Amino acid sequence: MKNKSSEVMAKKARKRSFRDIIYHENTVGYVFISLFIVGFLVFTVYPLLSSLYLSFTKYSGLGTPEWIGLLNYKRMFTMDPRYIKSLKVTFVYVFIYVPLRLIFALLVAMLFKGGGRIIAAYRTIYYLPSVIGGSVAVAVIWRQLWGYGGIMNQLMIKLGLMEEQFSFIASKDTALMTIIVLAVWQFGSPMLVFLAGLKDIPASLYEAATVDGANNWQKFWKITLPSLTPIIFFNLVNQLISGFMAFTQAYIITRGGPNDATMLYVVYLYEKSFTTFQMGYGSAMAWVLIVIVAILTAILFATQDKWVYYENK
Amino acid sequence: MSYRTKKIIGKILFHVLVTLSCILMIYPLLYMVFGSFKTQQDIFQNPTSLFPKEWYFRNYINGWKGFGGTTFATFFKNSIIITVIAVIGQVTSSAIIAYGFGRCRFKGRSVWFSVMIVMMLMPAQVLIIPQYIMFNSFGWVNTWLPLVVPGFFGYPFFIFLIYQFIRRIPVELDESAYIDGCSKYSIFGRIILPLIKPALITAMIFATYWKWDDFFGPMIYLTDIDKYTISVALKMFTDPSAQSDWGAAYAMSVLSLVPVIIIFFSFQKYLVEGISTTGIKG
Repeated sequence: MKNKSSEVMAKKARKRSFRDIIYHENTVGYVFISLFIVGFLVFTVYPLLSSLYLSFTKYSGLGTPEWIGLLNYKRMFTMDPRYIKSLKVTFVYVFIYVPLRLIFALLVAMLFKGGGRIIAAYRTIYYLPSVIGGSVAVAVIWRQLWGYGGIMNQLMIKLGLMEEQFSFIASKDTALMTIIVLAVWQFGSPMLVFLAGLKDIPASLYEAATVDGANNWQKFWKITLPSLTPIIFFNLVNQLISGFMAFTQAYIITRGGPNDATMLYVVYLYEKSFTTFQMGYGSAMAWVLIVIVAILTAILFATQDKWVYYENK
Repeated sequence: MSYRTKKIIGKILFHVLVTLSCILMIYPLLYMVFGSFKTQQDIFQNPTSLFPKEWYFRNYINGWKGFGGTTFATFFKNSIIITVIAVIGQVTSSAIIAYGFGRCRFKGRSVWFSVMIVMMLMPAQVLIIPQYIMFNSFGWVNTWLPLVVPGFFGYPFFIFLIYQFIRRIPVELDESAYIDGCSKYSIFGRIILPLIKPALITAMIFATYWKWDDFFGPMIYLTDIDKYTISVALKMFTDPSAQSDWGAAYAMSVLSLVPVIIIFFSFQKYLVEGISTTGIKG
């Protein structure tokens, strides 16, 4: 009898401990993020490690990869002028489009920070290109707008800036510019982030400045810009990374041409990996890209203290 | 001139300038829409005129025919299936994961959270080759699986977005539910999930845009034309080898944007909110 009851108690205790485990904070946490951990291991860690390995091999996607040490990396920087060119093109692209995009975004955000239905309608229209910007449809139209006999052409001729028909996307001097204009055109999302930031600046700051006799220009430089630095920082990091990832537009509009003038990094990476099936070389390129983006982000984070003002510091 | 008239003139000037620049902003879109009603000849001979000389509706019929017997009905159907499945996967899993991060104080939480933030910043293209090789070994190439399955394991941007939202819900709600006998699991289902609806909708809108517009993934993984999505199909109009029918290309481009535009105008509010709180890209 006594035995039985102790058995029952033990069972109960075991049951409780099982319940305890299931409902323990640690278990609950890991149950909820388990999907993330599995996905991280399968779709990120494993591919990362295997691409690191592949970057030291010659691999066509079939058969076994052949170990060649650092040759891919050496080839990139000493034997592949197209690679160097794609690196240059990408840097030009990123360092022109990011500042332009942010300047437009800030400008328009300041213009439309007020309320009202008309202002909201303006904001919507300015944001629209960003919503559809990544699509193939827009790339298709862009080709037409800047191509031979396209509207840009006609416009330039009518304005007397050009005499003959000319294809902006087929000339190596102007092709990249058309891709940059397309990217700048889609300044909608940083604009909305700026808007949110502008709304957070306390009106009392401006009132105090007005009392002190500050003009609009001074208010912008002394209040608006410093208060926005965390937002600028945030936008900068985001736009920089997405700049290095740009692919679709350049691929569809110009295919990296003419004469590799729009050969953005990822376009070249794609060409090497999936058109000529040099997957080892492509992996090495991917790793250099990781390093570049990591360094630039690290620089931004490191210089943060110098120019980003956080309120609660 | 009085101060008042000066102000009125300034206001008028402002609206005129802004309206003009608005037209400039959406000009390419208008051009596409009107271009879809132009004849091939009209497109090339009058590239500057916005409006078609005569309204030509056949572009939609010609475009819809697609390529090699596969019509745009198939491409639309494919895009819809892929988008719906992927969006459901991404948003549900991200909500579950975000709750784990937002409401559970488990050991190693901060480490995993940093991992997620790093993933958010990591260039996705870096993983393309090994992922391709991996999916190829699974026999998944030329199926939709590579396009939808990874989404079921959470999407860092959405995890972060929903996490930010969950943190704004007062913890007292959880606590009172806990006292009433709710476990952490049922708190998620009964308390948090109904409250994060706006965040879920925001995530859904973005997920839909990105999946619908995605070009890289479908281009790499799909080889059979009857499995193509709209974005890959649209690109075929621009193939140098093909005799491009630009009117048809415009017409199908317009159709491809219809769902995006509809979602945009019906859910604007959530979009603006979502971007303002997290700054994710549109």
